[in-house]
Amino acid sequence: MSWVYRKISSATFIGYAIFMAILLFMPYILPRQHFILLSYGIAYAIAALGFNLLATYTGLISFGHGAFFAAGAYAVAMIARYAPQYYSFKVVFPAAILSALLLSAFFGAICIRHTRLFFAILTLALTMLVYVPLVKFYYITGGSDGLRVPLPGANMNRLEFLADVYWYFLLASFAAALAIMRLIVTSPFGKALQAIRDNEVRAELVGIPVKRYKFYAFVISGTFTGYAGALWSIINGQVTPEIADWLFSGEIVYMTLLGGLGSFSGPVIGAVLFTYIKLYAMGYTEYWMLLMGATIVVLTLLLPSGIVGGVKSLERLIFKRRGVQSAGG
Amino acid sequence: MEAIYFIIFLNAIYWASILFLISLGLNIILGVAGILNLTHGELTAFGAYAAAWGILTWGLHTPSYVPFLILFLGVLMAALVGLFTEVLFIRPMYERALEYQLLMTYGLLLAYEDVIKLIWGGNAYYASRPVDILGSINIMGYTYPVYFLFVILVSVLTGIIVWYILFRTKFGTMLRAVAMDKEMASALGLNIKRYFTLAFIFGAALAGLSGSLMAPSSAVVLGFGLDPLLLAFLVVVIGGLGSLKGALVGSIIIGMLRSIGIAMFPEIELAITYLIAVTILAIRPQGLMGGER
Repeated sequence: MSWVYRKISSATFIGYAIFMAILLFMPYILPRQHFILLSYGIAYAIAALGFNLLATYTGLISFGHGAFFAAGAYAVAMIARYAPQYYSFKVVFPAAILSALLLSAFFGAICIRHTRLFFAILTLALTMLVYVPLVKFYYITGGSDGLRVPLPGANMNRLEFLADVYWYFLLASFAAALAIMRLIVTSPFGKALQAIRDNEVRAELVGIPVKRYKFYAFVISGTFTGYAGALWSIINGQVTPEIADWLFSGEIVYMTLLGGLGSFSGPVIGAVLFTYIKLYAMGYTEYWMLLMGATIVVLTLLLPSGIVGGVKSLERLIFKRRGVQSAGG
Repeated sequence: MEAIYFIIFLNAIYWASILFLISLGLNIILGVAGILNLTHGELTAFGAYAAAWGILTWGLHTPSYVPFLILFLGVLMAALVGLFTEVLFIRPMYERALEYQLLMTYGLLLAYEDVIKLIWGGNAYYASRPVDILGSINIMGYTYPVYFLFVILVSVLTGIIVWYILFRTKFGTMLRAVAMDKEMASALGLNIKRYFTLAFIFGAALAGLSGSLMAPSSAVVLGFGLDPLLLAFLVVVIGGLGSLKGALVGSIIIGMLRSIGIAMFPEIELAITYLIAVTILAIRPQGLMGGER
């Protein structure tokens, strides 16, 4: 496992460690409202990281990740409702991971053999297969009102709880998600995925089991998103079927592409920014969907590789210019 | 007892007719321009709103053929929105990766949802005059609205016309050539960008027609386009991509499922439709009719 050690002792790792250390103090720095928004943003960031793995390394765009998000969130809410004696972090998060894993294995088995366009349609149709029962079987799932998610075992009000224990748990989860993602991406499995992305036929010929690896990537991606859903459900205090609607899956696609595919910072920045854009759009006008839609259209036209990609190409532009100047002078 | 099955069958054909028009348009845009158009449902909604609004504005105290003419307003509206969408937003996306094409149409879907709210407000429109004019007939002891039969007739005629355009006219041949092999079509001197635009208008007009046909028999409300979009996706998924026959077979299957579901298990009708669609797919991944894309 020496490669593990080598990977985490790099400069990027130090950068992330400093970033995390700053995040630790956020409950004392940020005003409450912004702090809660940041919490939402971090939960979304984990979901976007999951989506990013699938999109970047297999090129498959899923419009069904909302279903996994819902699987995680509803696992938490269902346990709270139907087995309150087991309702604690130790139970709900493993349960959420397991349910997201099973659901994504089911989806993956159906979708993964299809090409990109068909894959997008199929995942979209499948997420509605989760959405519709959540609305219709209201006596189990609470219908469109959803289910309440109480605080596990803590006698605090929700805001205090979120700013206290839960924040550190959220951050630890986030750090773990980043670390695991990095291990996956830099592992031999990750390299094989890259080979598949670059040239599927060649990868197949080299002896990589393409279909199986894509399936694994899908399941890992879905499980990350499900875990994010579980984290989100406790911040939100309520789960509603909207998170299984394909429009929410679209939001996951949006936040990832907003930040930029391919890096880790892209999905994270995109997710946090998305949370702010959505809240301010909803607070500012009745026509928030128009505002959201317009930002998507404009960003898609003007920032083809997301914010991180845009910054990188700006950097390149500046450095190039400097290079030219120094060569001239 | 047999009569009720006949009614269910008629309803199935009615749903199939509507779905056929929507998924045909979706299929044409997908096949020719290669764009999976998530705004397709919104085009349907534009058609429905324009038709409903037109009927309520001009069609209430006029001779009885007028409301039927106004239904074409929906077609026109959707075609215009389609043209506008293609020229302004879709045209820069042809060279881009699939994820950005999807994101673009997703953004437009959200925006159009609110544009409709801006234009027509949040109230529901009930433009049922065409249904009232045609009245209902007695089928073996059950009353059945003639309007549904009218919709079926229009849809069948449209299907024949579209078939004729695609397979018997020069324009259709060129459209199919672009769909089959863009490079070859371009090398042979076709301005393929122009055909992309025309395919978009064509598909949008079909979506608008389905919307305006639906408008008199149901309330036109916000979010009107979301259900048709999903059902059209199911049709495309079941029938297979890129063929007229696929759209037809898929629509009939989904229409049947809906109609039987509504009659027998109204609570979970939609869930059953999705479940059976997914089952078909698990067994036959390429769809019933289609080749893989």
